[in-house]
Amino acid sequence: MQVVDQPISPDQLRKTLLDPAAGAYCAFEGWIRNRNEGHDVTRLEYEVYVPLAIKEGERIIREAQLKYPGIVAHCVHRAGLLEIGECAVWVGVSSEHRDEAFRACRYIIDEVKHRLPIWKKEYYANGDSGWVNCERCGEHAAD
Amino acid sequence: MKSVTVKYFALFRERAGTAEEALTTDATTVAELFRSLQHRHGSADSVSHCKVAINDEMASWDDAIEDGDTVLLFPPVAGG
Repeated sequence: MQVVDQPISPDQLRKTLLDPAAGAYCAFEGWIRNRNEGHDVTRLEYEVYVPLAIKEGERIIREAQLKYPGIVAHCVHRAGLLEIGECAVWVGVSSEHRDEAFRACRYIIDEVKHRLPIWKKEYYANGDSGWVNCERCGEHAAD
Repeated sequence: MKSVTVKYFALFRERAGTAEEALTTDATTVAELFRSLQHRHGSADSVSHCKVAINDEMASWDDAIEDGDTVLLFPPVAGG
């Protein structure tokens, strides 16, 4: 689990999972999109409490490894200001077969969204801004 | 009375007007402390939407507060 303040490079991250024993690789990228709940979004700011985000993210990956033995998984989340189209979160899983790669990837991104101490503030075209809260985040970006 | 440090994040920090404060409390659990601070800040979030950590470990709202604890109050998270 990593939290970074520089752009995420999925192509580079994919290489860290290359493994001759793996027959499957599944990745998820969450991107910043330009609309949310009827508002034009211009950019987004992520606040991350890094010590606990790392600890909880690693716990989630360990849970995935217990549920789907043999997988190798990584997750990277951005912090700071992001522009439309940028990658906010990346999850990658390699495994012997595809089923556990798909399932573990889904498990990790779902838990990351609900458990990590990360908050996002949206900036709108009309000049307003607002924190995206839990009730709305299930329908928001990266889904 | 116990001496604790409270850290606020995101929306909670903006509402409290500070990222961190030291205070004394007679609250037994972190939920009680949260409610008393909400009262002071004029807000009323349900604990079911928020999270709490004690000394950099995720905690439950009914966990006890000990003298010297650092309590981290997290508004609804929105990663991803």
